[in-house]
Amino acid sequence: MSAPTHHTKAVVAHTHPEAADHEHHGPTVKMYIAIFLALCVLTIVTVVTAKIDFAHVLNNQAMGDLASNVVALGIACTKATLVILFFMHVKYENKLVGLAVVASVIWLSFLLLITTSDYMTRVTDWHLFTK
Amino acid sequence: MSSVATSLQHHFADFKQQKETAVLGMWSFLIQEVMFFGGLFLTYVVYRSQYPGAFALASAQLNVNLGGANTIVLICSSLTMAMAVHAASKGNRAGMAGWLLLTIMFGSIFLGVKVFEYKEKWDHGLIPGIQDFGLKFDHEGVPRPTGFALYFALYFAMTGLHAVHMIIGIPLLLNLAINGLRGKYGPHYYTPVEMTGLYWHFVDIVWIFLFPLLYLIGAHVGAH
Repeated sequence: MSAPTHHTKAVVAHTHPEAADHEHHGPTVKMYIAIFLALCVLTIVTVVTAKIDFAHVLNNQAMGDLASNVVALGIACTKATLVILFFMHVKYENKLVGLAVVASVIWLSFLLLITTSDYMTRVTDWHLFTK
Repeated sequence: MSSVATSLQHHFADFKQQKETAVLGMWSFLIQEVMFFGGLFLTYVVYRSQYPGAFALASAQLNVNLGGANTIVLICSSLTMAMAVHAASKGNRAGMAGWLLLTIMFGSIFLGVKVFEYKEKWDHGLIPGIQDFGLKFDHEGVPRPTGFALYFALYFAMTGLHAVHMIIGIPLLLNLAINGLRGKYGPHYYTPVEMTGLYWHFVDIVWIFLFPLLYLIGAHVGAH
């Protein structure tokens, strides 16, 4: 029985520094507060930029609408990413969890992109194209 | 038998495997929630692209400052939730219960503000099918554009479903605080705290998208 005991000891000795290393790289209170502050600042930025009339600034309605949406959703996606990675610990979990999160984003983009591409390519005078 | 020993289910090799399984299972549930809310976000995208002007006009009826303050309140609740999980992982029972109670407090403030906002919509007749005089004409008797009422139907469906998630979350947090004080969790086993934390943060993320899409699209309309 001495061989397995020796083996177990070796494994423990080998994994211990890794465990301590993992502990060191785990989430800290300082980091939580930094993420919290970043989320607050981004909330204020999104409110301030929403009050800007980009259509007036760019002198183009379509480009202005696009700019407003890109800025608002860009900030929202940044905030969501911070929450997922740090508050929800995905940065510290195994890669399978990260894969599951990415898969959900891809699924959501399929839902949105394929349906909107259908609506955007519909024509009301379709009967002119038949026959 | 100690409570820590009994909390390891017999079909898992160790606590690490048990926790990894729980984390992946919880994320599977949250991805199902993404699909649940995804249908509403899709409906929003389709109808907003059809009636952009009416949606912006309807959005301008909301109070941006109140919505923004509520967003900060919800972010505070996410911070206190993260702190509760952190305290639980260190075996700090009193700290965990304290942070959970703060999370419940911020969640309740958020819902209180929401009740105030819904009351305002009631007073202005902006509730589809129930109190809808404001959805037909504005206060000068000018008819509302097509899509105006649709915005409010989506506003109540989306913020309502979000609020239901918070109403479910608050008793869960209270349950954790009580169990925590009774010593059911320790540094080796606090999975229920962490899983409920994931749920709470997810509800925060939904709001992170609802806030700009519902409150901010009409923010520059009022300037003219």
